[in-house]
Amino acid sequence: MTAPLLDIKDLRLGVAVNRSTVHPLLKGISFQIMPGEAYGLVGESGSGKSVTSLAVMGLLKKPLTVSGGEILFKGQNLLALPKREMRRLRGNRIAMIFQEPMTALNPLSTVGRQIAEMFVLHQGKSWGEAEKLAVEALGNVRVPNPDRRAKNYPHQMSGGLRQRVMIAMALACDPDLLIADEPTTALDVTVQAEVLRLIKELCAARGTAVLFISHDLGVIASVCQRVGVMYSGCLVEENDTRALFDNPRHEYTRGLLGALPRLGSRSEHGRQRLVDIDSIIADRSKLTETRFIAPRGPEGSQP
Amino acid sequence: MRFGFNFWLGAGLTTLVILAGILAPWIAPFHPVLDADLMNSELPPDATFWFGTDAQGRDVYTRILYGAQISLTVGVVSQVINSMIGITLGMTAGYWGGWWDDLVNGLTNVMLAIPSLIFALAVMAVLGPGLPSLLIALGLTNWSWTCRIARSSTLSLKSQGYVQAAQTLGYGDLRIMFTQILPNMMGPILVMATLGMGSAVLSEAALSFLGLGIQPPFPSWGSMLTDARQLIQLAPWVAIFPGLAIFLSVLGFNLLGDGLRDSLDPHMRTRKP
Repeated sequence: MTAPLLDIKDLRLGVAVNRSTVHPLLKGISFQIMPGEAYGLVGESGSGKSVTSLAVMGLLKKPLTVSGGEILFKGQNLLALPKREMRRLRGNRIAMIFQEPMTALNPLSTVGRQIAEMFVLHQGKSWGEAEKLAVEALGNVRVPNPDRRAKNYPHQMSGGLRQRVMIAMALACDPDLLIADEPTTALDVTVQAEVLRLIKELCAARGTAVLFISHDLGVIASVCQRVGVMYSGCLVEENDTRALFDNPRHEYTRGLLGALPRLGSRSEHGRQRLVDIDSIIADRSKLTETRFIAPRGPEGSQP
Repeated sequence: MRFGFNFWLGAGLTTLVILAGILAPWIAPFHPVLDADLMNSELPPDATFWFGTDAQGRDVYTRILYGAQISLTVGVVSQVINSMIGITLGMTAGYWGGWWDDLVNGLTNVMLAIPSLIFALAVMAVLGPGLPSLLIALGLTNWSWTCRIARSSTLSLKSQGYVQAAQTLGYGDLRIMFTQILPNMMGPILVMATLGMGSAVLSEAALSFLGLGIQPPFPSWGSMLTDARQLIQLAPWVAIFPGLAIFLSVLGFNLLGDGLRDSLDPHMRTRKP
């Protein structure tokens, strides 16, 4: 068995309320991503998906603090890495694409230049050379007329194109791991499908592992080989994608799948009834270690 | 981008001052210092001496043209110094936060609490009169507003997607500041610098009026006013024209700054375009 590319061990982090108390956000999650594997993290808003990705990037801001655990990337503990080393990894070995392609590009510089900067920054290329590579990178993410588009400013591009530019920037240095934090939520469905296919194919071709974060099970199913389900700061279930969809083991996963409309599925009334998960996310401080889903689950809510 | 009437009026006046300063050696009919002729002293405006002559018989028009050089130099150089200090302190304070932010904030508040002219006077008293010390004094006094604006812009830009994206792409702090934040906050900084030029010109006039700025016999609008003080009843033109020059150039800078703000920052727009 090969060594995992990313190995998160019992990661705990929280918001530091004051000097002594930390309000927990992640309560010890562990998962592994193999080289070249696409791993999906699903969960509702506030379940800790994005915070996990920020922890991997080493970009946790002030009140957020890691209180325990390890993030091993190629055997190296990222949490113990000096800032400078971490910055060298970021964008180079671990890259990230965001939800908002509208704001993730600097409005005052051309997209070609922004991609080129990646080559200058991480590979020490000259600007002239980097700009040629940038055009090539735009072509790789299937932007039509890459040499003309490279001279465009972000506002001259559509959302789908901008997300492609982001992907081009993220993959510019051939990272080992790509973190995609809801990369298609802001796009409409047809563009979404194209962008997903692009991520899938590019990463498969380059052997890039993907940590794919989404609340959309359909998107996860089409991209990832393995899925982890997050709920309230815990990884409640983890399985191969097919197995998870066919045979969900955890109550919450069943709830999530039940809330998913499926084409062609009907009940005897002629219409599928979607199961909703009770109201909003539970107050974390009231959840107990053992039955933290109790206040919300359809069965647990019975007296 | 659309510019209003005020902008064009300001731009026109500023261009006039710039042209006067640059072209002074060619268009001035006399020499500003050497063409003193006591036989011609205190002549009212006529065809030869357009703005009249002063107590030493020097042409006021010529001296105003040369004075524009001083005013422009002071306005531009002092604002460049101000902006550099303000941007460096404000941007780093806003970006890094923490104790550095507190320190810069404290310093800014102290600077804002001291009247700038008094501070400039103190600096001039230490450095002695003359153009270089004038530039340093004015360059050190007015950076606090620029610093404030740079800090607040940085704070809001820091949470922009592209700044965060740059962090995930492995950009260093300085690279983020100079390629992502600075270009995006140049608008308000430019407005501040333009408005600051007007006040720098006024401060220069005030300091020269007090005898600490440009030393006679070299012409500056402020020192011309000092000389004209005793003559104001006998030969009012000696005071009126430098005063008018100060008034119009400051008006020009201010209108230009306001116009820039109106067109660079749509949120601050007061009137409909």
